[in-house]
Amino acid sequence: MRYAKSLLAAGLLALSVGSASAAESIKIPAQSWPHDGFFGTFDRAAAQRGYQVYKEVCAACHAMKQMRFRNLAGIGLSDAEIRAIAAEYQTVDGPNDDGEMFERPSRPSDRFKSPFPNEKAARAVNGGAYPPDLSLIAKNRVGGENYVYALLTGYADPPPGFQLGEGMHYNKYFPGHQIAMAAPVQPDGVTYADGTPATVEQMSKDVATFFAYAASPHLEARNSLGVKVMLFLFIFTGLLYATKRKIWKGLH
Amino acid sequence: MAKYDYVPSPFMANPIVKWIDHRLPIFELVDQQLIKYPAPRNLNYFWNFGSLAGIMLVIMIVSGIFLAMNYQASTLHAFDSVERIMRDVNYGWLIRYIHMNGASMFFIVVYIHIARGLYYGSYKAPREILWWLGLAIFLAMMATAFMGYVLPWGQMSFWGATVITNLFSAIPVVGDPIVKWLWGGFSVDNPTLNRFFALHYLLPFVIAGLVLLHLWALHVHGSNNPLGIDAKGPQDKIPFHPYYTAKDAFGLGVFLIFFAYFVFFSPYTLGHPDNWIEANPLVTPPHIVPEWYFLPFYAILRAVPDKLGGVLLMFGSILILFLLPWLDTSRVRSGRFRPAFRVFFWIFMVVTVVLGWCGSQPAEGLPLILGQVSTVLYFAHFLVFLPLLGWFERPRPLPASIAEPVLGGGGAPRAAASKPMEKA
Repeated sequence: MRYAKSLLAAGLLALSVGSASAAESIKIPAQSWPHDGFFGTFDRAAAQRGYQVYKEVCAACHAMKQMRFRNLAGIGLSDAEIRAIAAEYQTVDGPNDDGEMFERPSRPSDRFKSPFPNEKAARAVNGGAYPPDLSLIAKNRVGGENYVYALLTGYADPPPGFQLGEGMHYNKYFPGHQIAMAAPVQPDGVTYADGTPATVEQMSKDVATFFAYAASPHLEARNSLGVKVMLFLFIFTGLLYATKRKIWKGLH
Repeated sequence: MAKYDYVPSPFMANPIVKWIDHRLPIFELVDQQLIKYPAPRNLNYFWNFGSLAGIMLVIMIVSGIFLAMNYQASTLHAFDSVERIMRDVNYGWLIRYIHMNGASMFFIVVYIHIARGLYYGSYKAPREILWWLGLAIFLAMMATAFMGYVLPWGQMSFWGATVITNLFSAIPVVGDPIVKWLWGGFSVDNPTLNRFFALHYLLPFVIAGLVLLHLWALHVHGSNNPLGIDAKGPQDKIPFHPYYTAKDAFGLGVFLIFFAYFVFFSPYTLGHPDNWIEANPLVTPPHIVPEWYFLPFYAILRAVPDKLGGVLLMFGSILILFLLPWLDTSRVRSGRFRPAFRVFFWIFMVVTVVLGWCGSQPAEGLPLILGQVSTVLYFAHFLVFLPLLGWFERPRPLPASIAEPVLGGGGAPRAAASKPMEKA
């Protein structure tokens, strides 16, 4: 009974927190992800395809400054592949012995190259809108990777009577339904090396998987350690309960 | 503790222990206050939350020290340094999630601890100072949690800090200078972040000191108990060890399962997604909300259209608890024997949860009105219901002793043997 009451209190608490985030935006439909749940792991093939989508489509405007090339190992790329990808980009280094800054090919330890030097430059090129950094997009939007998928697949014609601003686009899931970004994912926008048909849904799901990884690169370590910790705690707590019972036995 | 005959534990006869104790009686202290310490024999699991709160404080301090080793209190680097902890520091994600969710766990535990005190009348004589010290700990916790939430320098960190520090500007005449003094400048900025970090590191040790005083005050008269009556003799008490060490250890295990679930499988649920966006003074989030544990107070703040009024009411909602030992006029401690109080207690619990919900919503329409009604009920509980209940309520008969319902026939308090009602 007392447990029931504390559980109820915890439930009410969870409810109030849950409604806090839900009330703020449009309902985002939840997708099912292989990285969901206690034993979830990232779909590496999807995450690699997603990286390709980011690299060939999103990276034109969106930075991912928290990501370094070496982080691509977590989605299954080999050391040689990572070095090759990094070398495609130039990183500013220096100053050298002459006091000059210089560019050199990137190494695995370098950060992903940002498309713009600063926010002002990004806004200047994008009609005043700032393409947000995507390193944490799967954490810093209500709905996480579900939001990414919903947004990318949520472009539609505005309903009759909807006043769309100049240069804006209608989206079912963007707060306020007006988004400056034109539908970025187009059918066959990229050509997948593994032959997967590049539909809008497929690409959106892939890139959302990649962003989920980028936001929580330790998710798999967290799940596997968590399962072990839980198992330990269940057994340990069971033993503690037996101990308590034994000690208190003589008292009542 | 005069009533209690202290029989030393066997280890007290060890010559090394004796040698040390003769010079510094630390073993005697442990033996008297932790091992042989007499506790009422009928404490239920709600009495577990005091030790859980102490353990949470230790968990927060230890995880916090390791975070501080990797954190940079600078507006330019704070957000990235936290991301570095999450991504590159060995097990940094684990330490951070323990600390982040630990704050919520600490408040859950302390709220249950306070609610237990409210229900069983633990604030009544002779435990008023014990109650005050608990409230002082609660206030220090709130300050610590607020400043800690600013440190990751996310959007909610920055805007939460802006909203809360601005509250002080409501104070007439000196309000604005006070706010500038708090900020160390003209807005929440680098000096603010620096001092918040310094204070966030300092305050937990202040809390630890207050906890020692809290324990000292507790051990003068010992724990209250579910019956709310004083121990009548040694048969009402049992030594803390092994009985309550074993009981608390099991409770700790259950609590750690709950805690670990959030740390490993749902680490973002109790936070706000906006705090994973770096602070930007030029972009205001559409809807600024504090962490869940402040929501009831936030609702009270916004229930009043006047800024100063709201601020006074919010602080008043906590300060009024200091007067609780005198506002509650009933001499019966435990809610178990107070049928009318029990109804109002649960109404009060619902009111605080409703306030929490209102605090999470934009201050308009239904949440605003509901918040205002709940605010009135919150204060009415202390200023109207509790004082009057003591006069009008007929408490049920109290058992003669703690041991009686436990050892006496059948477990139920026998009306014939019971003491007459304290208030007739």
